[in-house]
Amino acid sequence: MREVNVSEITSNIKEMCIEANHYLSPDMKKVFQEAVESEKSSLGKQVLDQLNENLDIAAADMIPICQDTGMAVVFINVGQDVHLVGGDITDAINEGVRQGYVEGYLRKSVVSDPIIRENTKDNTPAVIHYGIVPGDKVEITVAPKGFGSENMSRVFMLKPADGIEGVKEAILTAVKDAGPNACPPMVVGVGVGGTFEQCALLAKKALTRNLEEESPIEYVRELEAEMLEKINALGIGPGGLGGTKTALAVNVETYPTHIAGLPVGINICCHVNRHAHRVI
Amino acid sequence: MDRHINAPISDEDAKNLRAGDYVYITGTIYTARDAAHKRMAEALAAGEKLPIDMEGTIIYYMGPSPAREGRPIGSAGPTTASRMDKYAPDLLDLGLKGMIGKGKRSQSVQDAIVRNGAVYFAAVGGAGALLSKRILASEVIAYDDLGTEAIRKLEVEDFPVIVVIDSEGNNLYETVVKEF
Repeated sequence: MREVNVSEITSNIKEMCIEANHYLSPDMKKVFQEAVESEKSSLGKQVLDQLNENLDIAAADMIPICQDTGMAVVFINVGQDVHLVGGDITDAINEGVRQGYVEGYLRKSVVSDPIIRENTKDNTPAVIHYGIVPGDKVEITVAPKGFGSENMSRVFMLKPADGIEGVKEAILTAVKDAGPNACPPMVVGVGVGGTFEQCALLAKKALTRNLEEESPIEYVRELEAEMLEKINALGIGPGGLGGTKTALAVNVETYPTHIAGLPVGINICCHVNRHAHRVI
Repeated sequence: MDRHINAPISDEDAKNLRAGDYVYITGTIYTARDAAHKRMAEALAAGEKLPIDMEGTIIYYMGPSPAREGRPIGSAGPTTASRMDKYAPDLLDLGLKGMIGKGKRSQSVQDAIVRNGAVYFAAVGGAGALLSKRILASEVIAYDDLGTEAIRKLEVEDFPVIVVIDSEGNNLYETVVKEF
């Protein structure tokens, strides 16, 4: 049994909130550069150049890449052989978010109640997804999510008869509806299977998947490539101002499902697709 | 084409801008997003005066991140404009001449833009750090308790935007997508 003090989780989450909001992750940087080089529209290219310059300014001057520094989504996988000490794990995570957003000059975008809508002034609480996994490590992913793109995300409860063609149509529908609202070029996270809530969670997880890692399932890899091509043929382009780069990546995750269903969750993200990952 | 205009914006400038123009704005603009619009709508319904004069005004749909020491503002890019669609036609009818945001607008907003000779600009979504460099001064002038959603008076210099909907009702989002 390995002891991990929750204060270590707090300090890591604080740093990860600040890191994700100021620096593009290396995998995103690579696909973004490819987009800058291949965009065919001159206005689209101008938008990508502006976004590129924005990334340089954000890192050099410590100004968040986007003013919407998001609601903090935290995935935490705790090894079965870890004994967490020093306090409540949920409090420790929220304390990390609080410190990151207050001390890191990040925007406080969370309201305490969806109807009463009073700002909590420290961006807490986070949305936390816990997992218990083998081993003695704690694996954390912090993915601050802006709502320009989150608002354009969808869940479709398809029928088994709709099959893979139905999945493709659902993805294209969501991306077309999102259009210029979701700060394209987008990253599209897709969850297929499971239940109503599971497909949405898979879609969110798909966004945090390192773009250099491939799906082990052949038809999923083909679906991702085909959808990326079809999305880019929509013409929405960078900033929605027309062009050949509407999406930078399509990541699909799957899960077993019920004989009667084909749930599809589509989580849309902007070109920054903020995520920071650490193992303690 | 590239154009330079001053804010507040004159009727003539607003009428002459065309969808697709790349525009640099210099002068005074105001920020307001969801919560501030809701309050302004409540003020109008109660017969009260608005905290800003709408005549010739440009509203920027934006809620900044906090400013670091020595800077006027933090990251400052546009938010999705359609959330303000419910409120925009009334403000346009009161003289509002320009809106800066990102994303699609409703038909009723487009109609109000044409009716009032106004213009809808898009700034590049996600370019908040770059755009903050074109803001020289920022001051909260109303609804301070709303935090990032307060109404701010901004002094901007060569603030880069693109005309999406012009006073004739041309819509860049609809025309450009067909080209690719």
